[in-house]
Amino acid sequence: MFRTALRNVLAHKARLLMTVLAVMLGVAFVSGTLVFTNTISDAYQKSSAKGFDRVDVAVQPEYQDSKGNQVGRTPELTQALLEKAAKVPGAASATGVVTGFTAVADKDGKLVGGDWQSAGGNYWGTEDPRYPLVSGHAPRGKDEVLIDSATAKRAGYQVGDTVRLSVDGPVLTPVISGIFTTDDGNVAAGGSLTLFDTPTAQALFGKKGTYDEIDVQAAPGTSQAALKAELDKALPAKLVDTTTGEQLADDQAELIASSMSSLKQGLLVFAGIALFVGTFIIANTFTMLVAQRTRELALLRAVGASRRQVTRSVLIEAFAVGTVAGVTGLAAGVGIGAGLRSLLGSFGASVPDGPLVISPGTVVAALAVGILITMLAAWLPGRRAAKIPPVAAMSSVHAKATTKSLVLRNTLGALFAAAGVAVVLVGTTMDTDSGQGAMGLGAVLLIIGVFVLTPLLSRPLIAAAAPLLRAFGVSGKLARQNSVRNPRRTAATASALMIGLTLITGMTVMAGSLQKSIDKMASSAIRADYVVSMANRGPLSPDVAKKIAASDGVTASSPLRNGESRIDGGTEFLTGVDGASIRELTDLKVTDGSFGVGGTRVVVDKDRAKEYGWSAGSRFTAHFEDGKAQRLTVAGVYEGNEMLNGIILDNKVLTPHLSDPADMQVMVKTADGASDGVKDRLEKTLGANPAIKVQDKQDISNEIAKSFTLVLNMVYGLLGMAVIVAVLGVINTLAMSVFERAQEIGMLRAIGLDRRAVKRMVRLESLVISLFGGVLGIGLGVFFGWAAGELLGAKMPTYELVLPWGRMAVFLLLAGTVGVLAALWPARRAARLNMLAAIKAE
Amino acid sequence: MTTTPTAGRTTAVAARATELSKIYGQGETRVVALDRVSVDFRQAEFTAIMGPSGSGKSTLMHCVAGLDTFSSGSVRIGDTELGSLKDKQLTKLRRDKIGFIFQAFNLLPTLTALENITLPMDIAGRKPDKAWLDQVIRMVGLSGRLSHRPSQLSGGQQQRVAVARALASRPDIIFGDEPTGNLDSRSGAEVLGFLRNSVRELGQTVVMVTHDPVAAAYADRVVFLADGRIVDEIHGPTADSVLDLMRNLPGGNPQTPEFDVKGRTR
Repeated sequence: MFRTALRNVLAHKARLLMTVLAVMLGVAFVSGTLVFTNTISDAYQKSSAKGFDRVDVAVQPEYQDSKGNQVGRTPELTQALLEKAAKVPGAASATGVVTGFTAVADKDGKLVGGDWQSAGGNYWGTEDPRYPLVSGHAPRGKDEVLIDSATAKRAGYQVGDTVRLSVDGPVLTPVISGIFTTDDGNVAAGGSLTLFDTPTAQALFGKKGTYDEIDVQAAPGTSQAALKAELDKALPAKLVDTTTGEQLADDQAELIASSMSSLKQGLLVFAGIALFVGTFIIANTFTMLVAQRTRELALLRAVGASRRQVTRSVLIEAFAVGTVAGVTGLAAGVGIGAGLRSLLGSFGASVPDGPLVISPGTVVAALAVGILITMLAAWLPGRRAAKIPPVAAMSSVHAKATTKSLVLRNTLGALFAAAGVAVVLVGTTMDTDSGQGAMGLGAVLLIIGVFVLTPLLSRPLIAAAAPLLRAFGVSGKLARQNSVRNPRRTAATASALMIGLTLITGMTVMAGSLQKSIDKMASSAIRADYVVSMANRGPLSPDVAKKIAASDGVTASSPLRNGESRIDGGTEFLTGVDGASIRELTDLKVTDGSFGVGGTRVVVDKDRAKEYGWSAGSRFTAHFEDGKAQRLTVAGVYEGNEMLNGIILDNKVLTPHLSDPADMQVMVKTADGASDGVKDRLEKTLGANPAIKVQDKQDISNEIAKSFTLVLNMVYGLLGMAVIVAVLGVINTLAMSVFERAQEIGMLRAIGLDRRAVKRMVRLESLVISLFGGVLGIGLGVFFGWAAGELLGAKMPTYELVLPWGRMAVFLLLAGTVGVLAALWPARRAARLNMLAAIKAE
Repeated sequence: MTTTPTAGRTTAVAARATELSKIYGQGETRVVALDRVSVDFRQAEFTAIMGPSGSGKSTLMHCVAGLDTFSSGSVRIGDTELGSLKDKQLTKLRRDKIGFIFQAFNLLPTLTALENITLPMDIAGRKPDKAWLDQVIRMVGLSGRLSHRPSQLSGGQQQRVAVARALASRPDIIFGDEPTGNLDSRSGAEVLGFLRNSVRELGQTVVMVTHDPVAAAYADRVVFLADGRIVDEIHGPTADSVLDLMRNLPGGNPQTPEFDVKGRTR
C-alpha cells in the first residue's frame, strides 16, 4: 500500500505542486515568525546582558505615592547620596547616571534616528568605562559633547565638528569632543545617544545636582548580593530601591521576551489564517485526486484492499506531501526570518546583530504544522475514497460526482450565520470591554455559517452576474454554468479568497472610520493655526512658549502646561494655559457656564463635572505638587476630547507651584493664518530646531493618517499571504476543471470554438469564482467593520462609519485580478489541449 | 453554400483529399498513418470509411475534417484548401462548414438538449433558422425532450441530440466518428436511419468512420483503407458485400473483430 501511495504522489507531481505550495507558504510563515522572533529576542537579550555588565547594584529612587492631599513625588538622588553609596563597604566606585531626550540633527538639519530614539546622558568623569572612546576626549563644560559612533557615521560627523542639538526646545551648538562606542540597546536599534559632562547633563535635563540612578560597582571579592545588603543598610530604604545587576538583566530579558511574545502571537495569527485558507485547498485537491482515481482505487478494492487500506493510502500520500511542504516551508521560513530582519534594518530600525536562531521547537513546529494540516485536510477525501465500491472498476464511465443533498448543510449554515449575526448585533450594544468577546464569537460563528452556506449562495450570486457574462457570448454562458457545476468546489475555492478579503475590508473600514473620528476630534476643537510640540511628544521648555508669544505676526498663543494635583484625596491632572488667549485657540463645546479661564476661574470637562458634581459657579480646593492649596471656581463645563480634557486653569496660578515647568504643546494663532511663509518664520524663530515640530491642522491630520496607514499597510502585507494562498487554490481548481472537462473542451474546439474563446471561457469562470469570493469577503468585512466601529465608537462622540468605496472597489478589482491571473496557466492548457486525444479520452 | 433539400444527386465534390500523407515520428520510429491517399466525397452522398485497426481510417477523417494536421498532400473542403489555414481559420471552417458526430456523444452536461443542438450557432453568434431547426428536431424525434439535460436522456437519445446538432447549422459536410459505437443495435439503427434520411431527403453530405459492416451498409459508398492506403471501394453496399470484401483485406478478419471490449476501434 505504501508503495502504491508513493507512486501516486510521483504520478501527480504537477497537481500536488499547488498543494505543496499552499502548505509550504503557511509553514514558511509560521517558521519564519518563530525564527525571526527567536533571533531578535536572543540578540536583544545578549545586548541587554552586556548593558548591565558594569552595574553590580543599581540604586533608583523609590516613587512616593500620593497620599491624602499630598501629590506623589520622586525623591532626589543627590550628590551626598552618591558619595555615601560609594563609601559603603564592598563598593569600589559609584557612577551617577542622568538621562533624557536629546535630538541630534545631521548636517542638513534633519533629525538623526527616529522621533522616539534620541537619547541623551552623562559621561562620568574623565574616563567612563561604560562608553569606551574611539577618538577624542571626554566632554568638558557645556560646549562639548560626545556622540555614539553609529550616529557619527550616519550623519557624517567627526571630532571637532559643531553639531546642532536640542533637549527641550532651545537649540544647542556644541562641538563634538569625542566619539564612543556602546552596546546600548537603543543605539543598536537605530537611535542616537549624546553624552554631556555630568553637570551639563544635570542642567539640561532639569535635574540640577541630582541623578536618575546611581550604579555602584563592587570591589573585587564582593558579591552583588552582599553589596546590595550593605547599600540597603546604609541608604534610606524608604527613598531608594536597590537592584543587583543580575536582577536588572533578568528583568530586562523578561520584558524583551514578553514584548516579543506579543509580536510573535500577532504574526502567528496571520500565519494561522494562511494555513486555514491552505486547508481548503488541500482538501479540495485531495477530493479531486480521489475523484479522478475512482477506477484505480476501485481496482485496488476489487483485488482485495480493505477500506482502511484505501484511506490509509490517501493519508500516506498526504503525509508525503505534508513532509515535503514542511521541509521546504521550514527552509523558506528561515529565509523569511532573515529577510524580515534585514527589512527592518532597511526601514532604519536596525536590530542588534546576532546569529540566526533556529530552535528545535521551530523545526518541530514547522514539520508538525505541515504534516498535520495536510493529513487533516486529506482525511475526509480519504474516507470518501474508501467508500468507492469495487464494481466502479468495471464501469467505463466516470463515477458521477455524488450529488449529495445540500439540505443538511444549508440548514446548519443558516443556523450558524443567523446566530453569528445575532451575537454580533448584541455585541454592538454592549460596552467596549464585554462587547469584544461577543463580537469575536459572533464573527467566528458568522464566518463558519457563510462558509457552510457558500454552495447555496453561489447560485443566486453568480446568476446575478449573468447579464454581464452574456456580453461574452457562448464563452460567458459556458463559464457561468461551469462555475456552478460543482457548488462545493466553487465554494471552497471562493471561501479561501473570502477569508482574506473579509479581514482586509474589515480592517480598512474600521481604521478609516477611527481615523476620521480622531481626525475630526483633533481638528474640530482647534482654532489655532499651528501646534508646536517636541518630535518625541516630550516636554517643551517654557522658553519656547515665550519666544513664540514674542514673535511677529502671532496674535495669540498658549502653552498646554502639565500639572498634577490632589482634589478630595484623588489625583487630577491639570492643564495650564494662557487664560487670555485660550478662547481664541480652541473651539470646545461649552455645556454650562462660559469658557472663561483667568485667575482662580477654571473650566472643567463634562466627565470631571459629573464625577465631582460640579457646575458653573462650584468651588473646590486643589493641592499642588509643592504641597500648597488653592481655592478655584468653576467658570464653565466643556466637552473634552483626546487632546484637551480635564481641568484647565491659568498658568499664572499653576506655574508658581511647579518646580520644573514643562509644556506638552504650544498653540499658536497668527495674523495671516496658516501658510508656508508663516510656518517658516515660526520655525526660524525656534532656531530651525530638529526636535521641534510646527504643525498646522493639515499636518496633524496627515500625521494621524500616517500612523493608520502604516498599521494598515502592515496588515495588508500580512494578509497578502492568505490571498496568495487563495490564488494557488483558484489555480488548482481551474486546473482540475480543465483536466476533468478535457473531453468537453475538445468537442467545443471541434465544433468551432476557437482557442481564444476557450481561454476566455476558463478565464471568465475563474473571474466569476474570484469575484464571488470577493463580494462575499467585502460584504462580510463591511459588516464586521461596522460592528467593531459601533463598539469602539461608543466612546467617541465624533465617531461615524466611513465606507471606503474607493478601497472596496480596489479590493474587488484585486479579486478580479486574482481570478484573471490564476486562470492564465489553466486557460493556456485548455486552449492547447489536443483536440483528438481529448475527444477520444474517456 | 448550403445544399438545398431539393438538390438532387450531383457530382459536385464536397471534400477532396489529394495525395494525402500523415507521418508520425522520424527514423526508426517513423509510422506512416496515411500514404498518399486521394479520395473525393461528393455532395449529397453518404460515405463510410472502413478498415482494420491501424489502417488510418480515423486519421483520414480527422485530416479531412480539419481536426488534425497532415504531412503532405492537400485537402479541400468546398473551395477551401485546408493545408494553408491557421488554427483560427480552421476553427472557423469547422464551425461554419462542418458538422461532427462523435462516438461518445460529447454533449455539454450543463446545457439542455435544445441548447446543445444550437451550440454551434451560438458559438458563431448566429440565429438558428427556426423552420429548419424544427424540421431537424422532428426528424430525430426529440420534440418532447428539448429541455432535458443529457444526464436525463438515454444513450440513443443523446446521440440523436448530437445528430441534430450536426444537422442544425446546415454544414457542407458532416463527419461521424463511429457514431454508433456506444449504442445498442436498435438505437444505432435509428441514428444511421436519420443520417441516411438527411442525405436522401435533405441533400446532406455525410462521411462516417465505422468498423461495423451493418452500419456501413446504410452508406451509398464504402471506402476501404488498409495500411494507410485506399485498397477498395463499393457502391451501394450491403452488409454481406462489405463482410466479403473485408475478409480479403490484408490484416482484416471480421470474425474476430479488431475492436476492444468497449466496441471502439483503437
